[in-house]
Amino acid sequence: MEASMSDKSSTSRSPLSQKGHTIQKQEDLNTIGGSISVEINEKKVSVPFGTTILEACKINQIHVPTLCHHEDLCVAGVCRVCVVEVEGIRTLQAACAFPITSPIKIKTSTPTVRKARKNIIDLLLSEHYGECYSCIRNQNCELQKLAEEYGVDKYTFGHVTKPKYETDKSSLSVIRDMSKCVLCKRCVRTCIDLQEVGVLEAVHRGDQTHISTFMDKPLADVICINCGQCINRCPTAALHANDPSDEIWSAIDDPKKHVVIQTAPSPRAAIGEEFGLGAGHSMTGQLNTALKRIGFDAVFDTNFTADLTILEEGTELLLRLKSALVDKDPNVRLPQFTSCSPGWVKYIEHFYPQYLDHMSSAKSPQQMFGAIIKTFYAKQAGIDPADVVSVALMPCAAKKFECNRPEMNSSGFKDVDYGLTTREMAKMIKEAGIYLPEMPETTFDSPFGEASGAGLIFGATGGVMEAALRTVYELVTGREVPFKNLNIEPCRGFEGIKQASVKLENVREEWKFLEGVEVKFIVAHGTANAKLVMEMLKRGELNDVHFIEIMACPGGCIGGGGQPIPTSEEIRTKRAQAIYSEEERLTVRKSHENPYVKMLYEKFLTDGPCGKLSHKLLHTHYVKRGKYIA
Amino acid sequence: MLVSERTSLTEEIERLVEQYGKDRSSLLPILQAVERKYRYVPDFAMQEIALQLDIHPVEVYSVVTFYSFLHSKPRGRNIVRLCRTIICDISGKENVESAITRELGISFGETTPDKKITLEYTNCLGMCDQGPAMMVNDRVFTRLTPEKAVEILNEIK
Amino acid sequence: MESVYKKTQREGKVLFSSYKRGEGIEKALKLGREDILYELKISKLKGRGGAGFPTATKWMLTAAAKSDIKYIVCNADEGEPGTFKDRVLLTEYPEIVFDGMVIGGYTVGAQKGIVYLRGEYEYMLSFLEDYLKKMREDNLLGKNILGKKDFNFDIIIRMGSGAYVCGEETALIESLEGNRGEARNRPPYPVNTGFMGKPTSVNNVETLASVPKILVKGGEWFAKQGTGKSSGSKLFSISGDCEKPGVYELPWGIKISDLLTIVGAKDTKAVQVGGASGICIPESQFDRTISYEDVATGGSIMIFNKSRNMLHILKNFMEFFVEESCGQCTPCRIGNVKLLEGIEMIENNKFTFSYINQLKELGKTMQVASKCGLGQSSPNAFISILDNFKDEIFNPGKNGGKYVR
Ligand SMILES: Cc1cc2nc3c(=O)[nH]c(=O)nc-3n(C[C@H](O)[C@H](O)[C@H](O)COP(=O)(O)O)c2cc1C
Ligand code: SF4
Ligand code: SF4
Ligand code: SF4
Ligand code: SF4
Ligand code: FES
Repeated sequence: MEASMSDKSSTSRSPLSQKGHTIQKQEDLNTIGGSISVEINEKKVSVPFGTTILEACKINQIHVPTLCHHEDLCVAGVCRVCVVEVEGIRTLQAACAFPITSPIKIKTSTPTVRKARKNIIDLLLSEHYGECYSCIRNQNCELQKLAEEYGVDKYTFGHVTKPKYETDKSSLSVIRDMSKCVLCKRCVRTCIDLQEVGVLEAVHRGDQTHISTFMDKPLADVICINCGQCINRCPTAALHANDPSDEIWSAIDDPKKHVVIQTAPSPRAAIGEEFGLGAGHSMTGQLNTALKRIGFDAVFDTNFTADLTILEEGTELLLRLKSALVDKDPNVRLPQFTSCSPGWVKYIEHFYPQYLDHMSSAKSPQQMFGAIIKTFYAKQAGIDPADVVSVALMPCAAKKFECNRPEMNSSGFKDVDYGLTTREMAKMIKEAGIYLPEMPETTFDSPFGEASGAGLIFGATGGVMEAALRTVYELVTGREVPFKNLNIEPCRGFEGIKQASVKLENVREEWKFLEGVEVKFIVAHGTANAKLVMEMLKRGELNDVHFIEIMACPGGCIGGGGQPIPTSEEIRTKRAQAIYSEEERLTVRKSHENPYVKMLYEKFLTDGPCGKLSHKLLHTHYVKRGKYIA
Repeated sequence: MLVSERTSLTEEIERLVEQYGKDRSSLLPILQAVERKYRYVPDFAMQEIALQLDIHPVEVYSVVTFYSFLHSKPRGRNIVRLCRTIICDISGKENVESAITRELGISFGETTPDKKITLEYTNCLGMCDQGPAMMVNDRVFTRLTPEKAVEILNEIK
Repeated sequence: MESVYKKTQREGKVLFSSYKRGEGIEKALKLGREDILYELKISKLKGRGGAGFPTATKWMLTAAAKSDIKYIVCNADEGEPGTFKDRVLLTEYPEIVFDGMVIGGYTVGAQKGIVYLRGEYEYMLSFLEDYLKKMREDNLLGKNILGKKDFNFDIIIRMGSGAYVCGEETALIESLEGNRGEARNRPPYPVNTGFMGKPTSVNNVETLASVPKILVKGGEWFAKQGTGKSSGSKLFSISGDCEKPGVYELPWGIKISDLLTIVGAKDTKAVQVGGASGICIPESQFDRTISYEDVATGGSIMIFNKSRNMLHILKNFMEFFVEESCGQCTPCRIGNVKLLEGIEMIENNKFTFSYINQLKELGKTMQVASKCGLGQSSPNAFISILDNFKDEIFNPGKNGGKYVR
């Protein structure tokens, strides 16, 4: 077993735009020993060469307000809220953008600085349309917080009374309300630099500047992949998700409707943040209780269909390998890509449609569950599927788009009615007067009660790969994967692109053609890294790779576009840890050992994984969308 | 846009990319060349340029909308830009302005119905010693009087 | 149709003195890099683009930056209202400008010079291209220039597209790289990380034009012109209410009143020095001098006589900034709008003095907190006109009579 890490982590990319080389160490100056002593507010401190003033202040517990700065993104230095005084320079300097390369003296709270910040906040408020109490970001808004911090008690420079821009509600996932935009350009840096999708940019200039799409088209008409990463980084409510909770409430309130919800692992690992807990608390049991109290008729674990996905996708991979190695079928495409991230699906449909044949045809766990609920479950429970309302609690903005794809109706109905994000769920729970952390823990409803840990780790980047390997390896060799505690470490961690392989030896008779084959796999997260992988594929560098997992969001689902705001690498790490430690406590940790999955294949999908019925219900096809914006 | 027009645009952009280099730093010269010919940068051209320079269409659009001399919507065959900065403004710009709007029957920011002329304002042309000044496409005319300005416009095809 | 008039009103001693094409380059190659920098240093030449940064230092830093590829950029964006001296230099004295670029290339170790010519000056493009062609023919550009082994340098011209802010050097570089003309964060400075991330020296047309003269006549000679801190002479673009508008080469340190006499200005009420981003000098201060020590300028002098309406002038400036701001940073993008709204309030008699004072404070914030020089200087006119012409603006009856545009 050999594991080689690619050096292309998402943080080491250099963006196309100027911001990339904003903080650059000059080699020749670096010899000073790597650290510099500076004075902050008359206190002498020593910081590493090239540290920004902002970081230096943070290390030394000095708070400098920011707005356009975001840890995940390159420097912008545009809001000017973080200005400080540097001795010897006439103008104030943006702390977030000023790299320390000489022993400077910094003052973070002089009268000039305070007045400047106050004026700047007042300016932003003067153009900001909206009332906090009717705003989705009330209590979790960086602009609101700044206003509070700087004691804004009136609109010094007036206040707009009419929205400047029409809200763009065209997208099923992301709503753009540019009258609340503060032009921090975080979304631009997210969409162009972090995700490399390139939907949003600033257009026009001067007072006309605003964030827009190509030719100001509605978001639904451009190549947005619905990842929602821009929402996660927007400091205000200018970007927010398309919230279906009103409709879900009416379904709950309608006695004729049987409202079912499936919950994915990532929201469970993060929803505590919405209730004031730190990152990294899994709330699965509490959430089950809360959802029942709200009025959902049944609560299921998406991990169940994650296990199903592994069996379907794993079988598909083995079939592809067989076609390639035994039948020498020239039409079979390898490597096979995972297909559970709807953002990634739309990305490849737009940007690399010529490679769609590489996509696993397996639906995502959400959609598989949708199909099962309105067929198998409805029948078992004796409910007319037409009365079933199927909700999915997801960490994801793209799931809203996914469940609305026209092909997602294999049950004869819309398989999943609503995709609900973690944030929206928290809002519903709060509306119901429930404080989630206080809830007693309960379990999921039958007949899909328990899932394996393999499904659980889907939430973090590398999870699908790890789960698939556990199953594929064991199916083929009859033995467990050769990793301590089944933890396939090369799949874990936040490197942008991870590459590793596992050798198949002493295989079972029926898989003899795989004897000695080294299964090579790649795990990538964030579409910028997906782009790198696709370019490698294009250049023919991945001909010997068999399986590639791609998640559209940085960090995988735990960093999804529907997750609590704020987000940072630290927060995502903690969420991932919560998932991994929860999974270690489980007894069943391999998808194929999930007894309920076995039951489903025995009772319902009787012709097995990738069989006829599973193809009808659990597999899908894709659309060649291309890049052209009509 | 017709298919044949698209193909010729694509070819034209390929030529420009070859001339200036397949790099983002060629973006402005390429856009300028397209604008010079069509008096605006068609939406198809923006996408084609983005494709060939390996950048996103919205980035091209963003650049086009940033610069006053680049446009994303069709305009007239000739662009007349009258300087409205202070020195021209106090040296009789107003009279020139009303003379040409009267003559063409359109206001600034508009295009004549026959698509011959688009009227625009511009900021300081660097001709303050000879104001009022205006640009007709890439030519500059100075010391305008209402009469002279109209005469110049009449010579435009 | 002859559309643009030639206009050099006063042939001065420095820039407009006689010069033979290539003379400066020859001298430079003879002197060598160190001596060129030395001559520039003792000449005390400061950048003529407005910021007044010592050119010797800029070139030294660019020369010292480690890189195989470097650039010299000639900033011919000349967008400051009331400035047109670079236009005259480029059309009438291209030899000193381009020679200056070649010398710069030699000094800092650049292989490529880029002229960023404002879109409004496209009409001179073919003339300049022809001129560069001739220079190539005469081996003033190209390989082994004037026989100097391994000194290869060429110049290309890139057009702007109508954006004043692209005169700001980092916005200019962004524009050259195919981006929106949005100023960069500094540090790092272009001398280290400029065009395409390579060391780049951005110099104004007039600065470059001064270099060959300095080399030919000596740094000491240059330093002797003008006043102590302000060496050499300066090109002024004179416009507005005077008999002889145009470009003048005059010594630094000249009194505003003397300048007004020279250009035939009568009945003058105000002189706007430094363009829209400069300050407005009232009659009571006409004995001030134009120099880095007193009233500094990139060369724009706009003269307004007693019939002019100062509020109207100010409004015109602010409209300019509202439109020309790149729009990336808060103080400038929204601040300028607020200042303009303030002017409209005054116009309509809907203002309070306390709000106007608040706006002046806002102006001071913009001066220190804006990301680039545009927002840092756009409130200058607002503050100086409202301060210096209080009576006219806030107490109009006192002046009797009406103002025209
Ligand atoms: C908004 C703005 C516009 C400017 N426009 C010009 C210009 O048109 N020409 C110019 O040479 N410098 C201009 N500058 C100054 C440049 O940033 C830079 O300082 C100058 O080109 C450096 O050359 P110098 O050292 O030779 O003066 C401008 C600065 C600002 C802030
Ligand atoms: S975006 Fe923030 S500041 Fe604006 S209305 Fe919403 S909560 Fe208030
Ligand atoms: S949802 Fe994703 S692709 Fe769409 S605009 Fe936001 S960041 Fe870009
Ligand atoms: S939409 Fe949000 S993230 Fe984007 S610029 Fe506006 S405030 Fe910033
Ligand atoms: S000061 Fe104005 S022009 Fe300069 S960066 Fe800020 S918004 Fe742009
Ligand atoms: S946080 Fe530093 S400028 Fe916005």
